[in-house]
Amino acid sequence: MTVSEALLDVRDLAVDLPIGGELRTVLHDVSFTIAPGEALGLVGESGSGKSMTARSIARLLPPGAFSTGTISYAGGDVAALKGAGMRTYRAEVAMVFQDPRAHINPVRRIGDFMTEALRTNHGVSTSDAVARAVALLEEVGISDGQRRLDQHPHELSGGLLQRVMIATALLTEPRLLLADEPTTALDVTTQADVMAILDDLRRERNMALLFITHDLELASAVCDRTAVMYAGQLVEQRTSSQLHDDPLHPYTAGLVGARPSIDGQVTRLAAIPGRPRSAYEAPAGCAFADRCVHAEDACANVRPALEPLEDGLVRCRRAGELRGMLSTGGRRG
Amino acid sequence: MSTTELPGTDRNAPIATVRRDRSGRRGLPGLRGTGVVGHVSAAVLVVAALVAVFGTMLAPHDPDLTNLSFQFVGPFEDHYLGFDSQGRDVMSRLLAGARSSLLGPVAVVLLSMLLGTGLAIATAWKGGRFDQWVSGALDVLFSFPAVVLAIVVSVVIEPGLRSATIALAIAYTPFIARVLRSAALRERSRDYIAALEVQGLRATVICVRHLGRNLLPLIVAQGAILFGYAMVDLAAISFLGLGVQPPQADWGVMVATGQSGVLQGYPMESLASGLCIVAVVVAVNLLGERLTDRAQLVTR
Repeated sequence: MTVSEALLDVRDLAVDLPIGGELRTVLHDVSFTIAPGEALGLVGESGSGKSMTARSIARLLPPGAFSTGTISYAGGDVAALKGAGMRTYRAEVAMVFQDPRAHINPVRRIGDFMTEALRTNHGVSTSDAVARAVALLEEVGISDGQRRLDQHPHELSGGLLQRVMIATALLTEPRLLLADEPTTALDVTTQADVMAILDDLRRERNMALLFITHDLELASAVCDRTAVMYAGQLVEQRTSSQLHDDPLHPYTAGLVGARPSIDGQVTRLAAIPGRPRSAYEAPAGCAFADRCVHAEDACANVRPALEPLEDGLVRCRRAGELRGMLSTGGRRG
Repeated sequence: MSTTELPGTDRNAPIATVRRDRSGRRGLPGLRGTGVVGHVSAAVLVVAALVAVFGTMLAPHDPDLTNLSFQFVGPFEDHYLGFDSQGRDVMSRLLAGARSSLLGPVAVVLLSMLLGTGLAIATAWKGGRFDQWVSGALDVLFSFPAVVLAIVVSVVIEPGLRSATIALAIAYTPFIARVLRSAALRERSRDYIAALEVQGLRATVICVRHLGRNLLPLIVAQGAILFGYAMVDLAAISFLGLGVQPPQADWGVMVATGQSGVLQGYPMESLASGLCIVAVVVAVNLLGERLTDRAQLVTR
């Protein structure tokens, strides 16, 4: 894919955060593109930098954060946006957060939350804004929207509130939706509903999606491509179905192997030895070297680049020779 | 067949009743949960406010009329509190003096709250160097005692209630800014603010409509506590001759001019005006304290 047709182009993004008085790397060497209408999954364990990537795109980095690299949206540099340009960008790039209850001002009504941006930034009249909000609530499966608009966040369940959040994000007709673990705070049955709604609405509107999750299955079900993050960098990026069945990177293989299967025998789940690393405590060479069963001495010293292999990208110096040898737990063929 | 009803089969009777503790909910709207103390304090303040508005009309005699033959004469007829060293009716002066005594602190509180809250939210929002510079400047201001500032300001502007009010408002700003800045910082890092930012709302809109409004309980509570300080300090400044200028009646000034009477065994003027100050300050502080407690209960 060429740069010109990408909706979002993230190039060499690196972010340092002040943690405990010193600047520590939380993201480095992150590059990816999202085409209009495409869904990209971003998978990784806690602390791997998924949310930080989304926050960089939304320009929500905490104060004191230091970032390099470029993020361009529709050809323009996001970091250079200010004033009206920034407000347009934020109308076109919406975000859905993990915990809806924490992300809605608890003392304001749902209606206020949903329509405030439309009323104050886009000059929509209150009655029009309310009508649009009710219509969108209908689309996300809330039929009594008018009543909900007069309620406060504490009167709604988590699932309803997340639907409200999704409807709010869609009110400004965004072209890209950043979804930061939108279903993690919900119980399993609600998760499925919310995910189905999100997926339907996205396809209807031909909206691009950056979907952040730690659920590999969910990512492969919803997204065209999936990128795997580890210790603040992308280690693999591939078409979702292939990533799932035939991983290129030993870490992805470990993740796939560590999932419980609903049809397999109940055996002890395969685990990746060691504990997850943050970007700043990762080894000098390959970040995964000290936990990788396929690591050689050279892996700990040479930092691998994200290189094309078959139809994907992988950051492993042995990826080529390991083709076909990566075990996904032995229960899957 | 017997038609005796078993206990509990009455369809209309509730299955279970829950008795709620309503002590925290009882009271006038706006004062709910502040208890008897809060209500009494509020009543004192309402009376004080009424006197401040209508005091000059209520005064039985001309508060500025001197009659040296009545110097230090005790209470008689409708001169309920007697006369001061100049032979002026103390009761009338108390009623007439309420306005400047209460208006001054109100102006101080409003001014310093406005400045302090504005700076607190701005520094918490901007962070970085702006925060460092403004917080540093406020710390420097911290080191000036209010009364010293009042002397400086009254040199620049002519001494009077206005200069004293401005001086005190400036002197109090760092207190407010510091307390509210930490609260604003906490609120700033809340997720709902991020969600509003990502919707593309202007910073000023978020600060005023969301951040500022959610700090309101704390702002009100702080203001109430500050009012007490402002009243005592303004009285002290007037006592030094830098605030309200004679012959205008003012409680702080009356405490000062009553000194000569105290020395001669006629403490009525100082005592009465001092009691008025104490009553209002105590009422405001108690009410402020109750409101703070309630605000913390709500935000906890």
